[in-house]
Amino acid sequence: MELSFGLLGFLIVFPLIVAALLLVVRQEAPRRIIVIAAAIVIAVASIALVLGNLGASTTLFALQSEAIDFVCTGISVAIAAVIIGFAVRYKNLWAGLLAAVQIVGTLVLEFVFAHEIEVPYGLYFDSLSLLMTFIIGVVGSGICVYALGYMEDFQAHEPEGAADRRPLFFALMFVFLSAMYVIVFSNNMEWMFTGWEVTTVCSFLLIGYTRTDEAIANAFRQIIMNLAGGIGFLAALYSCALTVGTFSFFEFLAIGVNSPAVVTLAVTALAFAGITKAAQMPFQTWLLGAMVAPTPTSALLHSSTMVKAGVFMLVKLAPVLSVAPAPAIMVMLVGGVTFALCSFMAISQSNAKRVLAYSTIANLGLITMCAGVGSPEAVWAACFLILFHAIAKSLLFLCVGTAEHHIGSRDIEDMDLLFDRMPRLARFMMLGIMAMFIAPFGMLMAKWATLVSFVDARQVALILILAFGSAATFMFWAKWLGKLAGIAGSPENVEGTVKPTEWAALLLMACLLVLACVFLPVISAAVVEPYIFTTYGALGQDISGDNLWLASLCTVVVVAVLFAGVNGRQKSRRVNVYLAGISRDNDSRSFQNALSGTAEASVRNWYMEAIFGESRIAPVGVVFNSLIMVVAFVVAFVVTPIVF
Amino acid sequence: MSLISTLIGTLLFALIAPAVGCLLAGLDRIVSARMQGRVGPPLLQPYYDVRKLFEKERASVNSVERVYVATALLFALLAGGIFFSGGNLLLCVFVITLSSLFFIMAAYSTRSPYAEVGAARETLQVMAYEPMVLLLAVGFYLAAGTFDVGDVLALDAPVITTIWLVFLGLLFILTIKLRKSPFDLSMSHHAHQEIVRGMTTEMSGPTLGLVEIMHWCENVLFLGWIGMFFVWGNPLSIILAVAVVLAVYFLEIWIDNNFARVKWQLMLKSAWAVALAAGGVNIAFLAFL
Repeated sequence: MELSFGLLGFLIVFPLIVAALLLVVRQEAPRRIIVIAAAIVIAVASIALVLGNLGASTTLFALQSEAIDFVCTGISVAIAAVIIGFAVRYKNLWAGLLAAVQIVGTLVLEFVFAHEIEVPYGLYFDSLSLLMTFIIGVVGSGICVYALGYMEDFQAHEPEGAADRRPLFFALMFVFLSAMYVIVFSNNMEWMFTGWEVTTVCSFLLIGYTRTDEAIANAFRQIIMNLAGGIGFLAALYSCALTVGTFSFFEFLAIGVNSPAVVTLAVTALAFAGITKAAQMPFQTWLLGAMVAPTPTSALLHSSTMVKAGVFMLVKLAPVLSVAPAPAIMVMLVGGVTFALCSFMAISQSNAKRVLAYSTIANLGLITMCAGVGSPEAVWAACFLILFHAIAKSLLFLCVGTAEHHIGSRDIEDMDLLFDRMPRLARFMMLGIMAMFIAPFGMLMAKWATLVSFVDARQVALILILAFGSAATFMFWAKWLGKLAGIAGSPENVEGTVKPTEWAALLLMACLLVLACVFLPVISAAVVEPYIFTTYGALGQDISGDNLWLASLCTVVVVAVLFAGVNGRQKSRRVNVYLAGISRDNDSRSFQNALSGTAEASVRNWYMEAIFGESRIAPVGVVFNSLIMVVAFVVAFVVTPIVF
Repeated sequence: MSLISTLIGTLLFALIAPAVGCLLAGLDRIVSARMQGRVGPPLLQPYYDVRKLFEKERASVNSVERVYVATALLFALLAGGIFFSGGNLLLCVFVITLSSLFFIMAAYSTRSPYAEVGAARETLQVMAYEPMVLLLAVGFYLAAGTFDVGDVLALDAPVITTIWLVFLGLLFILTIKLRKSPFDLSMSHHAHQEIVRGMTTEMSGPTLGLVEIMHWCENVLFLGWIGMFFVWGNPLSIILAVAVVLAVYFLEIWIDNNFARVKWQLMLKSAWAVALAAGGVNIAFLAFL
């Protein structure tokens, strides 16, 4: 236990030290050494913590310190002050206003309400925290390594004389990791709140990295929405202080399960905070806007940090949600509507990063639905959705980022012939895509468990949402996959200049993905089931072991086909593609037409704007979900008794 | 169902399904011919056709198309094996979807504009029928209390008695799954309503032979889904199921010969509307009552 406690502290503090170091190092070579070494250390420490505590139940660590409380309050105030500074500089009223509310709220809470509340056990971990530790430590630091090569290319693509903000960039990435560890290890909800706000401000600074008008505008959109979520968190802390009388997350959840009425308002407010952070509709626009940032930022936000903090919070709340109807219905419906509508809207997008963003939001919606249902089976599914989504999505973002630098576009239509031009990258991308939506990969196995848990909970609306949303998911991934699968012959291979650090990160994600899919039953037994058991006192798992292993077997076959099967030399006679004329060039699909001229055939994917366009669908979700949340808060206010 | 029985089932399915599917295809051609006032070919004509395909020269536009088609066939066989060994219906659904995906990739990989149009339409077809297929599995689970197909043999009454609405929904999308007109958008065997040959434009010789065999196996599997509705504890119910399957197959041939291909908008909207009405209502009924 001593060792685990030490590792916990190390994982929180070490990235901060690295960040401070990176802030002052301005040369590329030492930065590379520091980032790679730090990433390895963090990954090893995370894995050590996970492996050392396999099957662990909730483990609390006695840690109570006025000093840490004050430091946390100080950080929260400092964050708000930074935001107010930016708000004044860029004349953004709302951001300034919300930050001011937060300063006042934090100070009043700390000095008026909270100073009598003591949390003897400041830190904890359980198997869910360990799962998150693995994601943050391995996937997160993998992305940091990838960023080395990417940012070198990125800086080279910048106009002459552009400011080099890379020291700040890399420092922020590591601060982000530290803040995530604070969120998943803090039992003291005030500390957790500080970590929560740090992730908000870090993503604000990362999104605004390029300081273009668009970046600034999107950064402010992000900060406004997440500050609103932060105020929700703060409201939950007030409600805790007034009605529950503790800031211990563990106790809070235990009380909530036994007497849900007492915590209804706090849970609703925390769920609201989780929903904003997880970019559920109506807050989906901040994550869509976040793609103006350099790709490693998107990868980090989408896969291992930020949005995962949101769903982590919701999954932690799941046991309470299963007995508190008002917030549960809010969470289920918001997640469900988001899942279906964002899957639909993804069909109409041709920008690869935007497709990925919609898919992220949709999958977070799915996790949110599971949390809302709150049964052991649903939480089992949610845990696996978090894991597989983190790995597959980071793989995809890294692929798209690298492709963008080498083919000069992030449009899916321009990825024609990627299989020839960047053969290895295209295969990684295809693996990532398949892992997102098709059996036998883990994501779909988790979706399967989700479906069964919805049926067992008799949630007919959610079943329908899942059925139609999944169908749309097939459409937008399959057409992208098809674009990548095209093979013509011998276009120039442009893969040679991809940086080694990028390959290393891509290979890491691909290996993690395949291993996690193949050994899903093992991960279930070692990490996910212990969490379910300690939380619910019962095991809940819908898919029999035999079927899971059958899926593992299929995974091996699919991966073998993708990486070995399609590499063979062509044994059959090679013929030209039929083009209603004499073919002239297979690469450009040109042929001799009836007038002996050269005609080119071009094919575009389907986007079905008239049915699945954003302008048609987005307003429906925004209005519906906003109404749901308003109603849920009204009910929560009525239900929760206020004790003074 | 254990791993071993599934693998044995797959092996048996791989041996039997092509034979049954081939006979069904022969039957289809004879019945279609009679509907059109012709005599039609011999019953084994599909077999002669495929045998001839395997004797042809191997020529293709790239090296991967055949690999993808073979993978698609492999997973179609596995899906059939899972189903007929009494395994999990949802898993069967997912594996057959995987098979469809590999077939779609095979078509895309050729970069023929005609095949790409077919592949895009096939993707759309999957999107059109997938909700109803998932709701079929859910309905089956609610009616039978299990996803395991084998457990129908222990039921007191066939599931059709409780999920007949789902059955009607399945009938509707079965036309899409069997690629029969009016829903044969991705590849049609009616020459008059096809752009070249849709997905299989660039597939020839043995590769096309594999596609045909896969199509036979898929037909057997989908008709198995139909039969599943009519089987219960009584052993004689198998005969009833076979009779119903033949009747449904006849119905599909009749539809195929009497309706012209529709536009994709109508297919998507009607399939989703049917899924929502038939699947949704039936499942809501079972879940709440």
